[in-house]
Amino acid sequence: MHFPLSITLLLVAAALHALSGVPGLLLSRCTAAGQRIALALTCVASFLGLVGVALVFMQGTASATLPWYLIGSEPMLLTADGLNAFFLVPVLIVGALGAVYGLGYWPQGAHPGNGRGLRLFWGLVLAGIIILLLARHSVLFLMGWELMALSAFFLVCTEHHLPEVRRAGWVYLVATHTGTLALFALLALLYWVTGSFVLRPLAVDEAGLGTLFLLFVLALLGFGMKAGMMPLHFWLPAAHANAPSHVSALLSGVMLKVGLYGLIRFIGFLPEPPVSWGIVILVAGCIGGVLGIVFAIGQQDLKRLLAYSSVENIGIMLIGFGLAMIGRSQDRPVWIILGLAGCLLHIWNHALFKPLLFFCAGSVIHATGTRQLDSMGGVAARLPRTAIFFMIGAVAICGLPPLNGFVSELIIYLGLFHGVADAKASAWTVAALAAPVLAVIGTLALACFVNAYATVFLGQPRQPQASAGHEAAPSMLLAMSTLAGGCVLIGVLPWLAMPMINQAVQAWDTAVQLRPPVAVGTLLPLPAFMGMGLLLAVASLLMVSWLSRRIKGGNASHRITWSCGFSLPTVRMQYTATSFVQMLNGLSQGVLRTRMHRPRISGLFAEPSRFKTRQDEPVLDRYILPAFLSICAFFGRIRFLQRGLTHQYLLYVGVTVILLLGWTLPVETIFKRLFAR
Amino acid sequence: MINSFIHIILLLLLPPLLLGVINKTKALFAGRRGPPLLQLYYDLFKLARKDVVISQVTTWIFSAAPAITLVAIILAGLLVPMGPFQAPVVFAGDMILFAYLLGVGRFFTTAAALDTGSAFEGMGASREVTFACLSEPALFFALLVLARISGSLELTAMLHAPMTIGSQAPVASLVLVAVGVFILMLTESCRVPVDDPNTHLELTMIHEVMVLDHSGPLLGLILYGASLKLFVLCALLLHIVFPFSVGSALPDWLLFVAEMLFMASVIGVIESVMARLQMRHVPHLLIAATLFCGFGFVLLMRS
Repeated sequence: MHFPLSITLLLVAAALHALSGVPGLLLSRCTAAGQRIALALTCVASFLGLVGVALVFMQGTASATLPWYLIGSEPMLLTADGLNAFFLVPVLIVGALGAVYGLGYWPQGAHPGNGRGLRLFWGLVLAGIIILLLARHSVLFLMGWELMALSAFFLVCTEHHLPEVRRAGWVYLVATHTGTLALFALLALLYWVTGSFVLRPLAVDEAGLGTLFLLFVLALLGFGMKAGMMPLHFWLPAAHANAPSHVSALLSGVMLKVGLYGLIRFIGFLPEPPVSWGIVILVAGCIGGVLGIVFAIGQQDLKRLLAYSSVENIGIMLIGFGLAMIGRSQDRPVWIILGLAGCLLHIWNHALFKPLLFFCAGSVIHATGTRQLDSMGGVAARLPRTAIFFMIGAVAICGLPPLNGFVSELIIYLGLFHGVADAKASAWTVAALAAPVLAVIGTLALACFVNAYATVFLGQPRQPQASAGHEAAPSMLLAMSTLAGGCVLIGVLPWLAMPMINQAVQAWDTAVQLRPPVAVGTLLPLPAFMGMGLLLAVASLLMVSWLSRRIKGGNASHRITWSCGFSLPTVRMQYTATSFVQMLNGLSQGVLRTRMHRPRISGLFAEPSRFKTRQDEPVLDRYILPAFLSICAFFGRIRFLQRGLTHQYLLYVGVTVILLLGWTLPVETIFKRLFAR
Repeated sequence: MINSFIHIILLLLLPPLLLGVINKTKALFAGRRGPPLLQLYYDLFKLARKDVVISQVTTWIFSAAPAITLVAIILAGLLVPMGPFQAPVVFAGDMILFAYLLGVGRFFTTAAALDTGSAFEGMGASREVTFACLSEPALFFALLVLARISGSLELTAMLHAPMTIGSQAPVASLVLVAVGVFILMLTESCRVPVDDPNTHLELTMIHEVMVLDHSGPLLGLILYGASLKLFVLCALLLHIVFPFSVGSALPDWLLFVAEMLFMASVIGVIESVMARLQMRHVPHLLIAATLFCGFGFVLLMRS
């Protein structure tokens, strides 16, 4: 049996990740040694894994079989090609950086009760993801999937003594199992079609149109649930907000992308997709993108805001993937390549800036002790480095040049505009309508993140606790600076990522189309684009340094904020996050529907009263919970049957036996004999 | 090469003159003599030599923002061609960079406004981002129309398409797009009827209220940047409104400058004969701009 080095390294990485939390379990809960061992194992595992990924990129696709026959007579097939190697990179990097961040953020000494469990499940999530990314065997894929999904449940429930954490974990568990149910159906159907557990592209005449459609819908349901595709995102905000911040970073930066991997991989298996599939994905992306960021703007909780913005970014990725699917059914290689390349690069980018923002949010929450935007303010004075990192993340996530978010959005835009500019392609240019939608998403994201950044870091502390706190620990700053560096690097030098994107796109594209490959780089204006990015960065830096010297050189005077002549401004007079987005929220009340509690003011001497607003999760709180509650109420009516009394159950058994006996009785003969003439 | 040089010179030197023309036109309508044509140049020189007063609340963002915004707008100006000439920087997808460079400016301007912790500036920043969300799709619909007409992804070729295609151009679409882009230009450069740069009633302003706390060279950079933004957007609009060229370099440059000054006087006329809209009516205007450009696109796709 032949085992390529790259696969071996990746399997060793998975094993080391899985074992990284185990030594800590055997040690005392008060020593920090377990955390250090776990960190060392995680870093070594990620390093080995990255070497393996680099080998895949250099040497091409590698396959191996594990001699396990769990089910059927087929061995477990593992394959590492450009596509899953591409997805492995953020998994390994964010996994290691999260562990580094955890050293300062969740030290064992401060969390003796749950630190060990957190690290165990951290390693298990990573191991599960590596296995499922490599797996080409249905059962192994599902094993990796469930290892990831269940470990993530325990990660979300780290602080399970809090009721809202338990509620978030419960919703997550129900959602992930619903998704897994769809995956079981998907894989069973695939087995029924191919007669084999090996995951491979279907031949053109292998499955009928109805079967293909069913496979597509099941993939969309199962993987869409994990990816947080609107409206299957309802579990996501609460789960991400209530987990520790580095766990949120892992869930948001890595685990959502695994859902997207499944979608891209499995839909790639289906031959000759109708154009409607691409349109469905594109429209889902547009809706998810706009509504995700609209909901993000409506949030008053910093981490919920970041979680909703993940829904938005998944929407952007789906726009890219939808374009690629339309290109695939219309046979337009340029759309496929630009759409998929934009989608994939955005996956990397989001895995850089979203963990960065969650890490920054974590250190802010650590310092101020609150997640409420309207309680913060002026945090930059005490956390200056965190403030800079958050700003880099915010500029990047808004898709502004010269950072990485812009590059991936530019690629998707280019794909969309190609469809319009190409005179021959008159059909399906409706896809180009996604371009204005993407522009709206971009400006809304700008509003959202200017608000988040400025309300947290700028201005004056709105509550006393916001003026306490200290800069993040060195290990946390190390993790943040690495991610921020990645944002700048991909933004200014995007050609560094192009070979990897190329291989990933070709791994998908050649599997489905079998035509000579086109390099992504040839379709992009990389040199001019990089020149402009560099120019923007360098000119801004020069200009800012000149200005600061000019201000320091002159005798600048520092006064209170002018406020149009009002001489005694108080912190209560600042614009809050709620007031900043009030206009935008007013425009989006049709979907947002904020619950407002307005005081009724009457009489000459009005009583003191309070004004309150509360933002629900629209899908969960307005549709899913009421639906489940009514189902619950229905089943409540037949609950009297199950009272937990043993003699009642014995009665049921007796009645059932008598009924069954009665069924076998020859009633007719008995009657005939009884009433015989 | 020489044309690129002239482009950069005009881009850096001409914008403050547009403001002078606008103010002169307004003075003419009001029967006043008005400030000199070169008033903004004098103001900029004066502000450059002044000291700054900085709020104690602010961080480095406050003083860095005007510089970053200005750089972003200048770079955006390098992408928009003037008259029939090539822009200095041309590549496929530069129109997206153009739109997002304006976004960079918006991010830092609003962040700096919020940095002061003043309710007035927060109000202005809130309005700025809200209105941008409504007007941004107009720009992208206009870009889609131009990309469709020209079959190109480069801003220069896209904007030159109405001129090069000539009588074959789909006039109806272009007229709709021109109206939409005109509203967009007024919004982005904070002119009447969306915003009034002269008012001192802070509650009704957008751009002016965001920069209340900036002073000295910082204010100078902001004023200069605002005039540059007006200039760049005017240059963009001119390609759709006046798709003509003489054919030789010098007359074309002179024609371009004349067209720019004419556009400035048109803006001046509008500011003289119109009142600023109520704040709650501004979104309607911006959605109208988006609809104009959107219908332009639909019309084009139908045929």
